[in-house]
Amino acid sequence: MLSFAWIIPLLPLLAFITIVFFTRRNQKLSSLISIGAICLSWIFSVIVIASVLKNPVPSEFEFTWLNLMGFQVKMGILIDSLTAIMLFVVCTVSSLVHIYSVGYMQGDPRFSRFFSFLSLFSFSMLGLVLANNFVEIFVFWELVGLTSYLLIGFWFEKKTASDAGKKAFITTRTGDLGFIVGILILTTAAGTFNFREMFHAVETGQIPFGILTLGAIFLFAGAVGKSAQFPLHVWLPDAMEGPTPVSALIHAATMVAAGVYLVARTMTIYLAAPNAALVVASIGCITAFMAASIGLVQNDIKRVLAYSTISQLGYMIMVLGLGGYTAGTFHLYTHAFFKALLFLGAGSVIHATQTNDIWEMGGLYPKMKITAITFIIASLSIAGIFPLSGFWSKDEILTVASHYPNPIFLIVGILVAGMTAFYMFRLCFVTFFGKPRDQHKFEHAHESPKVMTVPLMILAFLSVFAGWVGIPWLQHGYGSFVFHQEPHHAEPNYILMIVSTLVALSGIYLAYAMYYKKSISPEKLKAKFPFPYKVLYNKYYFDELYQIIIINPIMKLSGFLFNRVDVGVVDRLVNGAGNFTVFLSDVKEWFDSHIVDGAVNGIASLARGTGSGLRRIQTGQLQNYAFVIFFGLVLIILFKLS
Amino acid sequence: MIGLNHFLTLSTILFCIGIFGVLTRRNAIGILMSIELMFNAVNINFVAFSRFVTPTALVGQIFAIFIITIAAAEATVGLAIVLLIYRNFKGINVDNINIMKW
Amino acid sequence: MLTGVSEAVYYILAAIIIGSGVMVVSMKNIFHSALFLVLCFFGVAGIYILLSAEFIAAVQVLIYVGAITILMIFAIMLTARLYSAQIKQSNEQVVPGLIIVSALLVITIFALSKTTWKLSSQAPETQTVAEIGKLLMTTYVLPFEIVSVVLLSALIGAIVIARRD
Repeated sequence: MLSFAWIIPLLPLLAFITIVFFTRRNQKLSSLISIGAICLSWIFSVIVIASVLKNPVPSEFEFTWLNLMGFQVKMGILIDSLTAIMLFVVCTVSSLVHIYSVGYMQGDPRFSRFFSFLSLFSFSMLGLVLANNFVEIFVFWELVGLTSYLLIGFWFEKKTASDAGKKAFITTRTGDLGFIVGILILTTAAGTFNFREMFHAVETGQIPFGILTLGAIFLFAGAVGKSAQFPLHVWLPDAMEGPTPVSALIHAATMVAAGVYLVARTMTIYLAAPNAALVVASIGCITAFMAASIGLVQNDIKRVLAYSTISQLGYMIMVLGLGGYTAGTFHLYTHAFFKALLFLGAGSVIHATQTNDIWEMGGLYPKMKITAITFIIASLSIAGIFPLSGFWSKDEILTVASHYPNPIFLIVGILVAGMTAFYMFRLCFVTFFGKPRDQHKFEHAHESPKVMTVPLMILAFLSVFAGWVGIPWLQHGYGSFVFHQEPHHAEPNYILMIVSTLVALSGIYLAYAMYYKKSISPEKLKAKFPFPYKVLYNKYYFDELYQIIIINPIMKLSGFLFNRVDVGVVDRLVNGAGNFTVFLSDVKEWFDSHIVDGAVNGIASLARGTGSGLRRIQTGQLQNYAFVIFFGLVLIILFKLS
Repeated sequence: MIGLNHFLTLSTILFCIGIFGVLTRRNAIGILMSIELMFNAVNINFVAFSRFVTPTALVGQIFAIFIITIAAAEATVGLAIVLLIYRNFKGINVDNINIMKW
Repeated sequence: MLTGVSEAVYYILAAIIIGSGVMVVSMKNIFHSALFLVLCFFGVAGIYILLSAEFIAAVQVLIYVGAITILMIFAIMLTARLYSAQIKQSNEQVVPGLIIVSALLVITIFALSKTTWKLSSQAPETQTVAEIGKLLMTTYVLPFEIVSVVLLSALIGAIVIARRD
């Protein structure tokens, strides 16, 4: 009965086609079509989640797409609780971002195009979530990558924007290479692309352990690229060059979560390959810590949020690597709402002040109350303050981490929680409180229109309450809905709760002391620890490192190839070959003019002679033709008679 | 004793005369007349077969009627074309009308 | 089977048809050819009566003699400059044409004499007109209607083609 779910991605696709081919010139109509499509999809996604709640048996529908001599490649949809949750999250955030964009993109000359891209993205993302096999998920995976590229470089006149688009595309492509290798390894071993058939093969031990581990690690490379994990995280901060609604939708709430989704979807494989799972957890752990620490000192509001996103994604990846299926997807679910809210709030601020630098803002609270309040709610949520939704999901993660024998994951988790609280409230205090630093911009600032603030309020509501479905005391909460193999009932760990809350509170207090009361001077800290500050400020020099170890060698190699190989060797070879050819041509010319031409002319005159002879038959006299007809008739009759 | 073969022979002779006319006449109207002779030969065939093979069914006669009708239409159109040719070529000798050659 | 007087009539008619047919294709004057054509058509009408197809005979006289030949003569008159001129009326294909035609004639008559027909000895229909009328309005009503459309289009087509514009 859930077979109608294929309509969900189809609606935005239809909207995309309609806008591109028909309504492009009418901006208002285009945005309405786009919003209407995603809102309809949202309604369908609610129906899906309701029916999955009632009957949690996974259902699958597919048809054969390619038939390659008995090897069938199918397309289909798989609907289980994870899909249902993801559909709901994507549709909700996407429709709110659509509505918000009407305000944010107002007056942009490529308004309609923006909405068509948003629709295309929604189609791709929903398709990715619904996919039931690796080929299909790969197709949609690349489609979201494409739309991400298109939207990052949406203002392509700006060189930084188009560069960022390219960087994102190429960096994620590096991961996708691993992804496709992983798919090929696993498919060759299991003989199927289908998720559930492959999981069955894994569970019954049909795939050798070594191959399984290798395949799982390669598969994870795709997730690393898409979810901006260490060491392929460098693209995400640059991707903030795109319009802010795009950052909220694609680079915070949904697309970057695709990597997390992929790991969750293929959880069976990682459970069967604990070494690969350990790699996953370690990468997630490194990313979470590294990104959070970079986020401490950044000055661009969107970049802070970008590093926060990377760090939170690392959190999810880490806990998935530790086997916390429920915890990881739960955090994905709550994170989507408050991170989207943070970006949209930041967008609202940027919209008002026309700058990204937090040091040019300040004291905006009285001017933009709704934005400020919702932003602070989201910050509280991400910091994990009781009882907002972020608290519950972070608590789940820490609980899972505490069960792992090695305490490093738990320690890093708590540290990251503290850092998160600090950098988020650093943002809040600098942006909304204190004295206005740039008087001109401050006076210019104003609250955003309703079409932008209403999505903010809805998301704020969700940031507070969405996590309540996972409250550990709840008998039939999130864990009994989204789980792997058996329902997950987290027992509340009160010590952990208190510790993490205290850490978060102290982070907030530190931010308060440094940036509001100014009792601790950040400048002095900077002066006291110049080295760590510089390292963090320059993002651990990752971009420089890549510049040195990857881009420069490639450039040097290209230069060497050009100067030495091309000019020195290839060109000489080419010239030599050229001279030789000239000599050969001379020989050939003689041959041509004497022998070939003679033959050709002979054939031509033969043809001409035959032609001028034969054309006498073509007299133009109908009676001649009639004569031939009757002559033929006589011949035929004679032939038949004999 | 005049049987079917007599009529068929007669029609064959008439048909061959028609063919000869078509092949040799220089005048377009002459060619049309020869074609009419061939039509008549065919009609004789139909009526003779109708008389000797299915005397009660009259199918052959019906066919003859249709052929006469078509022949009338053909003659009308043919003569209209002849008039047009006459107007454009200042004559109706078909061996002057040989623009369909090399 | 026809005997006695009919036999004689057949031979007379055959002679008229063949003789006038030959004249049609060989006369120097195209107008005379047309007149012999009339004679030939009358002979064919007689053959139809011999074959007890009175209706066809009447149609033959009406349409061929009364309409088509008159049309031909009109055309000859309209292209008058040529009809009585003492120019050659046949082309250079006479000899090869004769050869082909006689070959065709010989082999066709040979084939005829080798064929046995499924002859019926029933007496021919006497009320042919009524019977033909019935058939045209029942079994053959569709071809009948189509042929009427063909006639109409030929009429219009002839006007369109011959129109002086």
